[in-house]
Amino acid sequence: ALPQIRCTSSSSSSSSSSSLLKDSTFVPPSNNWPACRKDQSSSRTSLSSPSSSSSIHTNHFSTATNNNDTSSSSSSSPFPHLRPPNIKDVHIFQKIMNYRPGSVITTLGKQEGIEDEDEDILKRYNVDWTHRYQGNSSLLLRPQTTNELSQILSHCHKNYIGIVPQGGNTSLVGGSTPISNTEIILSLEKFNTIHSFDTDNGIVTVDAGVILSTLQSTISERYGYLIPIDIGSKGSCQIGGNVSTNAGGQYYYRFGSLHANVLGVEVVTAKGDVLDLMSCNRKDNTGYDLKHLFIGAEGTLGIITKIALSCPKLPTSRQAALLQCPTFNDVRTTLSTAKEKLGEILSAFEFMDYEVVSLVQQQQQQTVLIEEEDDESDNPFFLLVETQGSNSEHDREKMEQFLECCMEDGFVVNGILAQDGKQMEEMWNIRESCNPIVKADGYNYKYDISIPIPEFYDMVEEMKDHLSTNYTTRSTRTVSWGHVIDGNLHLNITTPGIFTEDKTLTEVIEPYIFESVIRRNGSISAEHGLGQCKNNYLPMVKDATVVMLMKSVKDMLDPHGIMNPGKFLPSSSSSS
Amino acid sequence: MRVLVGVKRVVDYAVKVRVNPDGKSGVDLSNIKMSMNPFCEIAVEEAVRLKESKAASEVVAVSIGPKQCTETLRTALAMGCDRAVHVHTGLRTDYMELQPLSVAQILEKVVEKEEPDLVVLGKQSIDGDCGQTGPMLAGLLNWAQVTFAAKVDVNDDKSLLVERETDAGTETIQINSLPAVITCDLRLNEPRYATL
Repeated sequence: ALPQIRCTSSSSSSSSSSSLLKDSTFVPPSNNWPACRKDQSSSRTSLSSPSSSSSIHTNHFSTATNNNDTSSSSSSSPFPHLRPPNIKDVHIFQKIMNYRPGSVITTLGKQEGIEDEDEDILKRYNVDWTHRYQGNSSLLLRPQTTNELSQILSHCHKNYIGIVPQGGNTSLVGGSTPISNTEIILSLEKFNTIHSFDTDNGIVTVDAGVILSTLQSTISERYGYLIPIDIGSKGSCQIGGNVSTNAGGQYYYRFGSLHANVLGVEVVTAKGDVLDLMSCNRKDNTGYDLKHLFIGAEGTLGIITKIALSCPKLPTSRQAALLQCPTFNDVRTTLSTAKEKLGEILSAFEFMDYEVVSLVQQQQQQTVLIEEEDDESDNPFFLLVETQGSNSEHDREKMEQFLECCMEDGFVVNGILAQDGKQMEEMWNIRESCNPIVKADGYNYKYDISIPIPEFYDMVEEMKDHLSTNYTTRSTRTVSWGHVIDGNLHLNITTPGIFTEDKTLTEVIEPYIFESVIRRNGSISAEHGLGQCKNNYLPMVKDATVVMLMKSVKDMLDPHGIMNPGKFLPSSSSSS
Repeated sequence: MRVLVGVKRVVDYAVKVRVNPDGKSGVDLSNIKMSMNPFCEIAVEEAVRLKESKAASEVVAVSIGPKQCTETLRTALAMGCDRAVHVHTGLRTDYMELQPLSVAQILEKVVEKEEPDLVVLGKQSIDGDCGQTGPMLAGLLNWAQVTFAAKVDVNDDKSLLVERETDAGTETIQINSLPAVITCDLRLNEPRYATL
């Protein structure tokens, strides 16, 4: 099924637009860029009271597009400016990659109905990890060198063939899978060499297709350094994908974002040009720093093929503690106490609510902190605190002082201090299991938002209230966890036992949740990005002039609109 | 019944050790993470369970090594031991200096002072991997011994029924009267977390 792109056939009367979304004032943008351009003086689409603003909305989007086909059948392509690949393209790609076995996987030119290995392989690459987004691409390419990639992109650019770059296919916003059957999938998995490591500066030069956990273990075992990001999908995700999405993770607080740690990239642009932005110098102020455009661009401007990443030294001392707090204010106090008492050794501070921890415990059949007799209302907040440093005696002492202080003053009521590496691994395992466990519970309505820390849990309670009042069809479960130290909340709503989307539930949640986030001055996508899931909400959070400027950058670097079409920027019926 | 549990401070099992570049002085132990030997954790857990089931009245932990052993002993106390004894030595305990026979002799002296009815040890340490301390101690004391225990049950008449691991399967041994030495194997229990 194609993802839910809610296009409204807006007319001058406000009644038709409001019928689609219950009690909502926001009308999501339809497929029209010109509408935004019309109204450059106003700021982003406002969300004031229904009566006054609905007319403003209809003015914005009054030029209803002709492509408003919400039924979106496969016969009408969502990308009319692109053409799907054909057998001739297949032969050209095969030649580019020297007829290497496994480099071209396709169902094109093959008889229908006959079982083919390629068809099975393609299925894997066409579905995303959450199983929410299913593409239908008939062609997968797996180049091995930058040169091959450059030739492929050059051909696609000249022939208006859409491309979906894919790393580990772990996107949580449908950014790595095709939207239709017109795009081709370009996998970076064969780019798997770790080129070199500069031990003086701690800089690693690595291909984009190297799996994060492989990179982490190689750099730590061989050189004694640490990769500055760590996320739950590390066993599958690739460093190129991490950089393309500006992935966050549990060490964001300690080491900063990838914008801070990536020193250089090699990029192949949409036209097939190879941009050498590799710099292995820690400091290099020479010209516009173009690499930042590609970091976090989600493959819409070009494909990253090589990365120079700055790495900190591997800590010799790691301590971890799992704590339990009675109220969210206690969580806040624990956080500020941690920053004060642990200071420079604080490396991670993760939050999990009672429900998700008990789900994880149930599944793993291991009692960590929750005993069976425990009442949820008593102490519903769990924290995982980690420190990293160079002196275990010093760190241990600081940790013990911090814990003593927390327990004496009562904002932490229970906790475990990891005694050895195994216990520390187990604690992180609980935190990293949150996502998979919830995925196994039912269909996930997943929200990754930034919220000011004081309102962090208010957001969760607001959603729980909103759901109980507005959705009574079946039971839902609302669980939350996140990098509370960064104000990043992962709010997940599931329908236990039901694994298909209930559109009415989606409509109850969205755009209500985003409106609430914006009201609280948060971000609708903290680290997961936009992909095809939140791209149409971009005009809601950025001014029209800003969005137009982004589109200009896109047009400049990808004039034919072939790079990851339908993603990141609000979907459009035609490129410039 | 008083139980004496041996706990050893060893290199953390998750650490990837490196040999010193000179090739002679052994493993590089500087700045490396140390923790309680995993089999000693299992031994402490079993001893504490004996106390919780009222089979034992007191559990005493003992460790031999440098001053940092007090950390290991504190973990044992946090898991539920009542008292801890630290035998201080500057000798390396990773087999390079202090070896099982000496360790058994030291423990023999501790047994003389503490007078336990049961000594519970891990089956081996993960640095020396000798697996000798338990049997040697039993030999020196002339006590019954059951090694590689996978299950320990206390009967009403205070005899112990112990299942032990062998290459061919499990063997069940009944210890009719204490005192005795038991060494613990992996399957015996899952050690608890030491809560704050």
